[in-house]
Amino acid sequence: MNHQLPFYWRAGSWLLALLLFSPVVALVVEALAPSGELFDHLWNTVLPTYIINSILLILGVSILGAILAIPAAWVMANTNLPGKAQLQWLLILPLAMPSYVIAFIYTDLLEFAGPVQQLLRTITGWESAADYYFPEIRSLGGAIVILALVLYPYLYLLARTAFLEQSQSQVLASRLLGCSPLNSFFRVSLPMARPAIITGLALMGMEALGDFATVSYFSVPTLTTAVYDTWLGYGSLNAAAKISAMMLLVVMLLISTEKYSRRRLQLYQKNTGQEQKEHIALTGKTKWLALGWCWMLVILGFLLPSLILVNYLIRYFESSWNAELFQYGLNSLMVSGSAAAVACFVALFLCIYQRLKNDTFAKIPGRLVSTGYALPGNVLAIGVLIPLALTDNWINELLIQWGLSPVGLIFSGSALTIIFAYVVRFSAVAVGSVESSLGRVSPSLDMASRTLGCHPQGMVKRIHIPLIRKGLLAGLLLVFIESMKELPATLLLRPFNFETLATWVFQYVSDEQLEYAAPAALVLVLVGLVPLIMLNRSLERQEQS
Amino acid sequence: MKKLLSIASAVALSCSPLIAQAAEEVNVYSYRQPFLIEPMLKKFEEENDVKVNVVFAKKGLEERIQREGKFSPADVVLTSDMISLFDLVDRKLVQPVESNVIDENIPANLRDPDHQWYSLTKRVRNIYSSKRSDQPVDINYEDLASAQYKGKICTRSGKHPYNLGLVASMVAHKGEAETKQWLEGVKANLARRPQGNDRAQVKAIKEGVCDVSLGNSYYFGKMMQRDDQKAWADAVYLNFPNQKTDGSHINISGMVMAKYAPNKANAQKLMEYLSSEEAQSIYAKDNMEYPVNPKVAVSETVASWGEFKADPLPIADIAANRTTAQRLLDEVKFDL
Repeated sequence: MNHQLPFYWRAGSWLLALLLFSPVVALVVEALAPSGELFDHLWNTVLPTYIINSILLILGVSILGAILAIPAAWVMANTNLPGKAQLQWLLILPLAMPSYVIAFIYTDLLEFAGPVQQLLRTITGWESAADYYFPEIRSLGGAIVILALVLYPYLYLLARTAFLEQSQSQVLASRLLGCSPLNSFFRVSLPMARPAIITGLALMGMEALGDFATVSYFSVPTLTTAVYDTWLGYGSLNAAAKISAMMLLVVMLLISTEKYSRRRLQLYQKNTGQEQKEHIALTGKTKWLALGWCWMLVILGFLLPSLILVNYLIRYFESSWNAELFQYGLNSLMVSGSAAAVACFVALFLCIYQRLKNDTFAKIPGRLVSTGYALPGNVLAIGVLIPLALTDNWINELLIQWGLSPVGLIFSGSALTIIFAYVVRFSAVAVGSVESSLGRVSPSLDMASRTLGCHPQGMVKRIHIPLIRKGLLAGLLLVFIESMKELPATLLLRPFNFETLATWVFQYVSDEQLEYAAPAALVLVLVGLVPLIMLNRSLERQEQS
Repeated sequence: MKKLLSIASAVALSCSPLIAQAAEEVNVYSYRQPFLIEPMLKKFEEENDVKVNVVFAKKGLEERIQREGKFSPADVVLTSDMISLFDLVDRKLVQPVESNVIDENIPANLRDPDHQWYSLTKRVRNIYSSKRSDQPVDINYEDLASAQYKGKICTRSGKHPYNLGLVASMVAHKGEAETKQWLEGVKANLARRPQGNDRAQVKAIKEGVCDVSLGNSYYFGKMMQRDDQKAWADAVYLNFPNQKTDGSHINISGMVMAKYAPNKANAQKLMEYLSSEEAQSIYAKDNMEYPVNPKVAVSETVASWGEFKADPLPIADIAANRTTAQRLLDEVKFDL
């Protein structure tokens, strides 16, 4: 149904979308300029390795993430594992752990000079690295494991919800038709959860592609390294922009291929509302296997690194405590909170436009604002800087022409630029969340409310918003957590005398002395925990209703 | 909606002090880390009653200043190596500063004849060697490519500005072809893929992963000061390379005045202060670098490492080869 939306809504959607898309446009314009022989030189030397590393990283993180998350999600949705009530939310906690912190901790632990290998040498009497084999943590494999450990909760969250929503009767039917439990999982449950799983994998893949801190810490050169090298090492922003544009293209291609591949796939949940979800009782070996699996994720992704942070905190408290930490925390909260609020507002505005207008054209704004997510943070930072600095210069020139005194860089020189950068980067998360919950609201409700004389704005306020509150909240919290951890854009774009928890922590991580930033790192993790627990609560309530 | 508006206004309010320009202030964009320069900036604030605002960054400040254009608030830019210093100069983002005070404090070979850039400290690129071999070694950078070090060298990324500076100086001394050959030799001798920072290499020597590593000298002193890192420093000798040939490679940390500096007078005052004996001795004591001001002595620890011969090649000549160095490192796939 096509509803008549007020003009400001239609115009506003497009304006918002173009505003948030402007950094991408700026980069594409930059990429079009000739970069001479540089690109050829890179292509003939290091670029192929960077590309291969990036592809392997994405594949590795996706595959390992799927292996970690899907069984855990299924177990949480379908069984009555002891301690399930706690495990359910414990399994999300690694999301609060910034990858650069966990990368540092595991390197410290597992490298040749670290305590694990030292212990091994003491026990066995081995002396040098030549005496035994131990996997090198600072490697592509190490980066894959670390990123999978902190990113799997995305997939876990989405897959768990999808498994929970699945109708029991379809699984039972498959069992009646002779499927073994495992068979039924692969032939019914998994395909039914495919859209959710793909979305989760896409989120993980994009995060991995855009990662800068972990791969640089592990000295694994990927395309993000290439961007820095070309931009700063060779001083060629347009070659860097070309590489970023290529990355963007690949991501968009992947996503649309996936969408195309399931264009005819319509998934209907046949839920009569009467059936009681029966939880499978796990016993014996399977029970221990499931328990071990879930706890392993919690311990490796969260508990162990947290304990090590606490240990640093105790050992280095005197030299690491900083009275300014409170201010840094406030700064983090301010920019991340604002970004989350704005991103959700944008998501709501655009998704409703898309729903009520209901044609292909109306889908464009939502897609445009989502492209920012596929940009690595360092590229995005430049992309954001270009239009904002241009606007600032333009405003100041204008003021001077009018005989007024210039106001300085009101956008690019203030914390607004960081908030803008976060919104550009993470709107996709909010849009995804709002879009999917809006999709579950039956169109018949729209029709009914219109029939009863509600105008579109009233319908949005009285029907849609109350019904998608949960989705909106989920988007808000995810954008918030991601913003708290965000680094490259914050580092480059921050105004004078402005430190966030993330920048403070990273300053020490990059100097390989995280010990001294342990209090800030712990606060960063703890602040991330609150929204995660809230998020889980709201999802649980959604499941119960 | 009301909530959103109130959040937005709160944000706007909290942002405004960051934009406001007080009367007496100076704005610094810094690649140098807070722990080092904050003490001296604080002293400058107290002595001159000028507020110092700082943006710290790891990368990309050149681009930011360029994009900010003529309304950029940056007055002074502090860099930790010659690479970014000359990037700023080459992008024409700086302006000359003529000050008798600075000229007196900084020797002519450590500043630009056109007054566009100034060094603040010298940083030697040393070679650390394991105490498992008996003596401090009389070593040249060139030796790192020789067969005797096969599988025995550790280093951080070749593209890190400190290594990039060394490679650029090689190009300046020996030309492109010979440098490339040298890089290939060093790469073939690496005990592991380039990774970590300069301290991590010393730690690796201690643990027996390798025997020699490249590293700046002040890390030696800093590791000595830390209980948990002293053992690493105790396991190595600090060697000054090329003492019988050209001398050890020197990188510099430096400063420039931004082209559109809005607080020019205060910027000059700050730059003069940074070259003064007071600030220079903080660099020398707190970070164990070699001060550029000849009136300031090196710290006791640094003095204990002895005198050494520094490569006299002009800094600008080295920096001119930085892009070539970057290209060669890519060609030999040094980091891969």
